[in-house]
Formats: sequence, C-alpha cells, structure tokens
Amino acid sequence: MKEISYIYRIYTYDKLWGGDILYISVEKHKDNLLIQFKGELDHHSSEIVRQKIDQQYLDQRIRNIILDLRGLTFMDSSGIGLIMGRYKNCLEKKGKLSIVNDNPQVDKMLKMSGLLKIINVYPTIESAIENI
Amino acid sequence: MEKNYMKLEFLSKSSNESFARVVVAAFASQLDPTLEELSDIKTAVSEAVTNAIIHGYEYGEGIIILEAKIIDDEIEILVEDKGMGIADIEKAMEPFYTSKPNLERSGMGFTVMETFMDSLEVESKKGEGTKVRMRKKFKSLSSKE
Repeated sequence: MKEISYIYRIYTYDKLWGGDILYISVEKHKDNLLIQFKGELDHHSSEIVRQKIDQQYLDQRIRNIILDLRGLTFMDSSGIGLIMGRYKNCLEKKGKLSIVNDNPQVDKMLKMSGLLKIINVYPTIESAIENI
Repeated sequence: MEKNYMKLEFLSKSSNESFARVVVAAFASQLDPTLEELSDIKTAVSEAVTNAIIHGYEYGEGIIILEAKIIDDEIEILVEDKGMGIADIEKAMEPFYTSKPNLERSGMGFTVMETFMDSLEVESKKGEGTKVRMRKKFKSLSSKE
C-alpha cells in the first residue's frame, strides 16, 4: 500500500544538456522505503538524493531500503558511496538494504565494489520485498 | 594513421561532470565504440573530473582542462586541474582509500579508472595540480579490419 508517493526532480546545468539528469521516486510501503532511479547517478546528482533518502529514513516506521537501479543510464563510484552509506544506516536501524537491478553497466560497478558480498540484488521489486 | 584532437576548459562545478563525459563520449563515437566501451570511458572521465572538483579544488572555483586524442583505434584522455595536488599518489590509488571519509566517498575513483581503461598515469605536484592520463583501445574497430 502506498502511503506517500512523489517524484523529486533534480535540475542540472541550465538545461543545456537536455535538462534533468536524474529523477527519483520515493515511496513508502509499510516498513520499506522504495527509491526508484531514472537517469544518471554521479557525484552531482547523488548529493541531493542522499538528503532525500535520509530525510525519509528518519521516519520511525521505516526499517528497510530498496534501491531500484534499473532505470539508471549511468552510475559511477559516487553511486557506490551512496549505497554504502545507506547500507550502514540500515544496519544501525536493524533493517535491510536491497537492490533491484538488471542493468549491465550498473552491475559492473556493483561487482567491482565488492558490495554484492553483503547486499542482495533482485530482478524485480516484488522479489526484493518477498526476500526481506 | 587516423588522428584527431580536442581540448576543453570548464569550471570545477559538479554540474559539469555530466557535461565532460558527454563531450568525451561524443568525441569517441567516431571510433564506433560498443556501448560497453563508451560507458567505460564515460565512467572513467566522470571519476577523474569528480576527483578534480572534490580533491583538486576542494569544491572551490578552478578550471578543469579536458583533452582527448585519437590515434588510430586508441583514445587518450587527459584530465588536468591546477589545484592542491596529491600528497601521496600511491596511497590515493589504493582501493577504498579516501582522504575525505566524512563525505561518504567510496574511495574507488582510481580503481575504476584503472579497471575500465587500458592504462592510467597520474602526475601530481603539491600545490600545483594533478594530471590524469588514461588510454583505451577500441576493440570494435580493430575487429572490423
């Protein structure tokens, strides 16, 4: 059941390069916070996403975070930093962080970072929720 | 021998990270790269430019110089800043090392550049700046010959 649902937009440099580089949608499903990404996750766009996620994660009812990265067209190591930071927050709240992904470029970064040893990746949101 | 060259200077603003990688990708596209090769050089450029912004200029205002050279089926990319320089390059290049742990950086920037490109050279002088030179051969082109 959706309790809150909104889309947060990030604008980039003067719309010179086609405007927004990253959109995220944030939703709460019971004790899960679901964040879906669309666009490019780099140092520039990760700063504001971090704030948006952490702000929602303050909610007492929320324990788990699901990051749906399937819509990303680009991710560099800033994305890894973002995931690592949220993973630590989840540990503190005794929650779980899961990733939904089927994108080979993102998968390459995840593999390189060693994050796959501690975080599970699922092909769909449904399977991620089932396995929490 | 095919040769081409480009040079670009831009402000050290984080919104220019996507600008820099789009430019290099557009320039490299004449080599007819695969999607994976293109994504590899975009990622490497993004890492180098991000380093220049965060570490070179420590979020202050400065100029980042981006150069790309094509020689046959190889691209050479140079990302240069005139910022504070790296005190200990070896340490900076260690996987997961970050000089700014409070920023939630993964410490993987140089590791990504090394892995995604064929070669990586870092030249830095304290107080003078840093030059990152990377090369990659495009296999898609050589396989067609």
